[in-house]
Order: sequence, then C-alpha cells, then structure tokens
Amino acid sequence: MISEDEAAIRDRYREWLEHYGRDRDEKFSTVSDQVIEPLYSPLDLREDDFLHGIGFPGQFPFTRGIYNNMHRGRLWTMRQFAGFGSARETNRRFHYLLQQGGTGLSVAFDNPTLMAVDSDDPRALGEVGRTGVAIDSLADMETLFEGIPLDRVSTSMTINAPANVLFAMYIAVGEKQGVPPEKLSGTNQNDILKEYIAQKEWVSPPGPSVDLVVDSIEYASRHVPRWNPVSISGYHIREAGSTAIQELAFTLADGMTYVDACLNRGMHVDSFAPRLSFFWNSHIDFFEEVAKFRAARRIWARLMRDKYGAANPRSWLMRFHTQTAGVSLTLQQPENNIVRTALEALAAVLGGTQSLHTNSMDEVYALPTEKAVQIALRTQQVIAHETGVINTVDPLGGSYFVESLTDRMEDGANRYFGQIQELGGVIPGIEQGFFQKEIADAAFHYQQQLDNKEKVIVGVNDFVAQETDEIPILKIDPEIERSQVARLREVRAARDNDLVERRLHCLSEAVSRHENSMPYILEAVRAYATVGEVTEAMKSVHGTWREPVFV
Amino acid sequence: MAIAAASQNLVDGILAGSHRAAAKAISLIENDERASEQLIRRLYPQTGNAYTVGLTGPPGAGKSTLVDDIAQIARGDGESVGIIAVDPNSPFSGGAILGDRIRMMRHTVDPDVFIRSMGSRGHLGGLAVATSQARDVLDALGMGYVILETVGVGQSELEVAELADTTVVVLMPGLGDSVQTIKAGIMEIADIFVINKADHPALARTAADLRELLRLDPRQRAWTPPIVKTVATNEDGVHELWQAILKHRRFLEEKGGLKERRRRRLERQVVEIAARRLREEVLVPSTEASGFRRAVQAVTDRRLDPYAAADQLMEEGAKRVAAGS
Amino acid sequence: MVEPVSGRRIRILMAKAGLDGHDRGVKVVARALRDAGVEVIYTGLHQTPEQVVSAAVQEDVDGIGLSLLSGAHMTLFPRILELLKERGAADIVVFGGGTIPQEDAEILKQAGVAQIFTPGTSTDTIVGWVKERFGGRTAAA
Repeated sequence: MISEDEAAIRDRYREWLEHYGRDRDEKFSTVSDQVIEPLYSPLDLREDDFLHGIGFPGQFPFTRGIYNNMHRGRLWTMRQFAGFGSARETNRRFHYLLQQGGTGLSVAFDNPTLMAVDSDDPRALGEVGRTGVAIDSLADMETLFEGIPLDRVSTSMTINAPANVLFAMYIAVGEKQGVPPEKLSGTNQNDILKEYIAQKEWVSPPGPSVDLVVDSIEYASRHVPRWNPVSISGYHIREAGSTAIQELAFTLADGMTYVDACLNRGMHVDSFAPRLSFFWNSHIDFFEEVAKFRAARRIWARLMRDKYGAANPRSWLMRFHTQTAGVSLTLQQPENNIVRTALEALAAVLGGTQSLHTNSMDEVYALPTEKAVQIALRTQQVIAHETGVINTVDPLGGSYFVESLTDRMEDGANRYFGQIQELGGVIPGIEQGFFQKEIADAAFHYQQQLDNKEKVIVGVNDFVAQETDEIPILKIDPEIERSQVARLREVRAARDNDLVERRLHCLSEAVSRHENSMPYILEAVRAYATVGEVTEAMKSVHGTWREPVFV
Repeated sequence: MAIAAASQNLVDGILAGSHRAAAKAISLIENDERASEQLIRRLYPQTGNAYTVGLTGPPGAGKSTLVDDIAQIARGDGESVGIIAVDPNSPFSGGAILGDRIRMMRHTVDPDVFIRSMGSRGHLGGLAVATSQARDVLDALGMGYVILETVGVGQSELEVAELADTTVVVLMPGLGDSVQTIKAGIMEIADIFVINKADHPALARTAADLRELLRLDPRQRAWTPPIVKTVATNEDGVHELWQAILKHRRFLEEKGGLKERRRRRLERQVVEIAARRLREEVLVPSTEASGFRRAVQAVTDRRLDPYAAADQLMEEGAKRVAAGS
Repeated sequence: MVEPVSGRRIRILMAKAGLDGHDRGVKVVARALRDAGVEVIYTGLHQTPEQVVSAAVQEDVDGIGLSLLSGAHMTLFPRILELLKERGAADIVVFGGGTIPQEDAEILKQAGVAQIFTPGTSTDTIVGWVKERFGGRTAAA
C-alpha cells in the first residue's frame, strides 16, 4: 500500500469503527473457525504486496491463476467421477458419457480394489462393486475399456495403495489395443501419504509405499510422458475433518515429501515436477476456500522455484482438480445439497481450478442416480455459461479481504511446515499420529460447535423440517458380488499359474533389490495376476502397516 | 447365595476355557468387590501356572506394538497369551478411550489369545488388586503367559508392574532425555530394558546414558538387566526381547528367585487385603464411636496429641475385634 | 440381599468393520462418549465381523457401536448379530451409524440392531441414547 495514505486511512478506519454499532449475537468465523474482522481495508495488505504477492495471472507466484487467460482461454474440465458394480456395467456408463461429448473418464474403484483385496477374499464380503467398480485382474480392465480407444480419451483413476498395479493394467490394455504407452494420457491419484493421514486405505508402511509412488513417477517420466502419475490430494484430509489451513499445509507437505523422495532417487526436479498435480476440496465457506486455492498456488510456486531450484516454469505451476465437499452434504432436505454444491463449485471456479467434480445431492447415502448426476453437471454448466463469473481473470483478486485471507492461509501453512519439520518430516509425523490427531481435534471441535449451535447447518441443527424428504437411491444388485467372484475364479483357472507364480516371484525379488517395481508389475499383470496377488508379492517384502496411536 | 452360584458358573466356564466367562469375571472384578471375592476364592486353587510379564514405559514408546509382537512370537512357540492393557481414564469425566487393542487386532480371533483393556481409575480395591485378580482369571483360563501393559507414569501403574515375574521397561530414544528423567522406582523394577524405535538417530546416546546409569547403580545384582533394541513396527529385535524374557525366566527358576519373588508378592497382597479390611471393617467403624470424636476435639484443642488419639482409636478397634464384630 | 453395583462404568466397543477408512465419525463419537464418562474400546479400522465380535466378548462390553460408510451395512450388521448369538453373547447390544438409508435402517432394526444414527445426528443425541440404554443396567454375572 502507498505509505503517505496510511495515516489518513487509519484515521478514517478509527472513525468508521466508532460508529460501527453492535454485532448480532453470533460468532463471525469461517467453517474452520478462523475469526473474521468486520471490515478489511488497505491496512490489511502486506507491504509491496501487489507485485510480489498478487501479481498477474500466468506469472510467478501465480496467486491469480496459472494461465494468463484462465477460463477465458479454456474452461475447466467438467470431470464427473463414475464407477459402480462390474466392469461391464461401468463400461456401458463410460460409453454413454463419451457419446454425450465427454473426453475424460474418471474411474471410481470399489473398496476391495482400493484396499488391494481380491473380490473372493473374505474381507471383501458385502463390498464388491458397492462404491465403485470391482477390478481383480487385467481381464476386468479389458472389459472396463472395451471399445474405448485409449489414445483418444484421458482417464483419471482414483487409486492409491495398489495404484501401480492399476496403472500397469491400463498400460497393458493399451498394448492390447495397439496404443503405445507414450500416447496414453490420464492421472493416477496415487497419493499414499494422505491415506495414512486421512483416508486410511493403506497396505504397507509409509516408507516403502512412497518408494512405490516414486517408481511410478520415474516410470511415467520415461515411458508414459503424458500421464500425471500422482495427484496430491487435500480432498480426503478435509473430508476427514481438517480445517482449511490443515488441508493446505498437510497436502503441500505431502507434495514436498514426494519431491524429496524423487530427488533422493537421483531424478532432476524438472524431469518430474511439471507432471505433479493436485486435488483440493471445495468446502462451504466461500472466501476461505478461494483464499486457500490462491495461497496453494503461491506457496507451491515459491517452493518449487526457491526451495527446489526448478528452472522450468512449468515445474512451478500448481495444476489442480477440485471436488465439492461431500462432507458438507446433508441427509436432511437433500435438495438443499444442490445449492451447497453450486456455491462450492463457484468458489473452485473463482479459485482458478483446472477441473471440477460437483457432487450429486444424494451422495450422502450412496452412489448417485443418473438424474442427480445430471443436475450436478448442469450446475457447472450454469456457472460456466450463465453467471458471467468467467468474464475476467481472478475477479476476486485485489479484494482487501480475499488478499488478506490468502496471506493468512499462507502463514498458517508455513507454521505447520515448521512443526512438521520439527517432527522430522511427514512420515515421522504420521508414525507419531500428529496429523491424525490434529484432524481429529478439528473434527471434534467442529462437532461441538454444531452441538451447541455456534455453527449452523440448515436442516440439521436449525431450520429443521418435520418430515424427511425421501429421494430415490441407487441400489447395487448383490448378485454383482457373486458374479464377480465367479469371473475371478474363471480367470484363475484359465491363466498359466506357473507363469503367474514366477512373475510374482520376480517382482518380490526386484522389490527387495530396490529396483523400480513398474516393469515387474507390468509383467505380472500381463499374465493375469490379480491386484491382490501382485500387492501381496510386494507386501511380503514391505510388511504391513499398523495404525498408530489413537486420540 | 445368588452371588455364590453365579461365581461358580463363571469359574466352571473359565476352567472350560470360555472367553465369555473370563470376560464376565474380569468385569465382576472391576465392578463388584463383594462378588469378586467369592469368585477369586473359588478360582484361586486353579491359578499359579501362568508366567507374568510386565511391560511399562512412557506414553508413545510403542508398548502395545511390542506386546503384539511378543504375542506373535509366543504363539509361534505354541504358547497361549493373555494380555491386560491398562490405560488411564480421563481425570475429568472418568471415561476413557482404550486404544491399545488396535495394535493387537490380528490376535483377536485366536482362541489362544485373550486381550482385555482396563481403565486405570475407579477400582475400589485399587488398580493393582483388580489387575492382579484379572491376571488370576487369565491364569485359570489356561494362558501360559500373561502380559500386563501399563503406562509407567503413576504410583499405581508401578504397583501393577510389580505384579510381574519379569518386568520389561520400554524407553525410546530422543524424547526429552527419557533416561535421565525416569523415576528411580522404574529403574529398580526393570529386569529388561527395551529401547524401542531404535532406528531413531538418538539411539546411541540413549543406550549410552542407560548403560552409564546401570553402571552407577551401587546395588549388587545377580542379574544385570540387558538392554534390547527394537523397532516394534518392523518387528526388529523382538525375537531378542523374547529370548531375554525366556532367559530371565530361566534365571529366576534355576536360582529359586521365581518362588521367592512370588512369595514376596503374595505376602504383600495378603497384607494389603488385611490392611484394607482392618481399615474398612475396624478402623472406619471405630471412628464412628463417640470416643473418637471427643479425642479429635481434644487434639484440636491441643489437649491431646495426634499419636495419643491414634492409640485410643487402635484400642477401640482392638475391642471391636475381640468382640468379634 | 442384593448388593448395589459399585464403580461400574458403561463400556462400549466402537468398531469399524469392512474396508472403508472413514473414521471421522467414529472418533468424534468415541471422544464424546469418553467425555460423558464411558469407557470406549476402539478396534481401529478394517476389522472383520469375527474380530469385532471376539473383541466385544473379551472386553465384555455393554454395546457395540458400528460405524459403516461402505454400503456393506446389510451384510455386516446381520453377520455381527449372528456371530454374537453363536458366541452366546446376544445380550451385547448392537447399534450403529453411517451412510445407511432409512429403508435399510428399518430392516436392520427389525433384525435386532438397537438403533441406527444417520448423518447429522448430534453427539448429544448419541450420548443421551447410550446413557439411557446402558446406564440403568447392572453388571451381569
């Protein structure tokens, strides 16, 4: 700000405050309980803020967006996540989506696949095909992408602990279609650190699991150059109950951990950094979210350029996908969820997202019905084509409040980075339960605020309706579990089991020698080894992870 | 009589190996002193076969994971294992979140492992008595080893550790010079030291500090506590720990120390029970007599000193005992 | 003469069965129950019905609170009830919460699940229910 005006502004501010009046009996704080002042002014901006902190879109530090023209140049990708039941059924849904003009697919896997448990494992009981598609072997993956030319779509796979196995299967399907790996494009979620912190779908301990992530980053940078091998995710951290600052800080700390691990492997930062992508939650507190997205871009750009010495400007860019907050949806008066999702989507758009998934109103219970999915997609289209919010780049930039909140988010994240460093880094922090406890504390604090109505959720703890509105719910046929198990048995009977055995053995050996696992996984899945078997072969070397201290 | 019949049913169940009966018996011990006395009287002749290992140390040292690993190895040797994991209750609400089990869930469905979580507060007869009796239940259930896991912070947890035949004190490197700050009491009860999380950079210093502390110990020891380094999360060093426990057991058995240890422990227990009864059945009722109130008034007025008043109270108590009250 | 039960606390096993890792709800409820004086035994994540029931038996809890957000509630709740019966522990009360549609909740209640708490339930409601349901019980012998 311009210093000669400062005294005058201060005077006017004091004058304004004298006649301010009294607040209603309410706590004015964000959903993360950051207290918000009644008014922001140039006094809240940092010195020299504009060029160093705010600047121009497409320019360092990218607070206002990673591209010069942002959504005037290209709209965000409206990428809706889909997958349920069997590979056959999901394949039909994919064909439908592509006929509707989509070019991007996003695969949701069921819990057994996410946990690398085969469909016939007793632990999978009741969960096969429930919350996503069941994939056991390459045979399922072939069905999933049958009739879909993999050189003409981009595919996002929400998969973590067994990410390399599914990635290898995707490459193998490409081979069968005659599509070479360098023509494949897409994204693996493959962010194992946030599993220990929040989503809790893990197999082995963090150390060796991060090695597997590095394997896929290294492999993709050499052989599958159009692939984003990891999508560093705050989404699940937030869903688990974190504050916005915790989501920001823990996710970026995870990102740094992957970068460090790649550098330790001997890779050059610019060889992989441009392919790192992020995945954020867009929660209900509008300005806090916008500030979070802007702060995230700025912190990452500074880290990549100044801490890691990346020379390629593409390494500085934080490209990210956003999903509206599932946790903000309510069971009560579910149609209200359409409104919540619309506001959250708007925050993501104004925060400069590259792609967006809008939740459907019925997702509190189950996978969405087709009707609900359609409304969710239409919400994005209304924002893009009717509201005019895309007419100018970063319309909220320069708002005293938004800029000040952006700074505050950055400061909060930096404080956490210091704490994490004191703990010895992200992995020791996980082992000591630091993140888990911070998140549990925040979740408990928020629940207490709801219980004493310090915070209001419409239809839940205030404005409650007597009657609950029932909306249709997608039912998953329990028959899917039986047929998937039967199909898996057929695959096991038809394949060359000696070959599978040998390739799994080679994989275990390679992993113990600390070789890159990807080529060996690829060999194993080509022989129709299952997700469970391949994972087991690696787990025999890496061991199992036991959840650390609770509370 | 209902209590007696119920106790007998539980005892029969426990001797038949029923986890349900053992679990109910432990609840009785935790909740109902009178009923548990009946139970222990019936059960006691069937105990004395289990070997008890105590594991204590500061919060966060990885005790539960170590217990889980020890159980795994003991099972591999064909031993059955009972585990009692004591966690502190909230001083505010009296409630607790008992989470030690989380690390041991792989043993939950094994019929030869029995795991019980206990809150440290609210035991009328004291935590040590309740734990000791719960230990007896698992002993009678046929468990070859009973492991008592406690947080080594308070006096009552120390008493629990003293119930063990072999006491393992778990430390970890780094955190606030844990060796310097351990209570003298813990040093004295340790038969084996474990430095867990031995992959920590401060390991060497902690181990050196501990060795120095042991060297400076003026007492003559027939058994020098070994220092075992473990990384419980990888099961590193856990076999060595198990071997150390077995070695200590052999040492005690061969030198007659085990019998002596147990005799001293039972002696303490009997004295404790008697002292408690004296207090509750003799002293406390005696304070209700009018003579005691007068004596206290006299002490208040400085006409009598506290010792003389105590003598009077003892006399009153002795009269009650003589009258067979 | 029946002696009054002394020093008894309500004991609840909070359990996560199946493969889903969503533990926000279970942890919030566990803390709220602790703060209300309940002894909560937490199983950790990814438990099989057999593990849940064995733990409940060994811990001799009054109730099992099962948290399920995986859609597998129609399989896992009935399995746990069945195993409790097999172990002669059908007196252990089963309740739960998570993403469970009303229609399914009704079926589960008829099958013997004591209560289902749906998303948005305040912890006060859950704590109140637990105290009401278990507070008056005497320790079974």
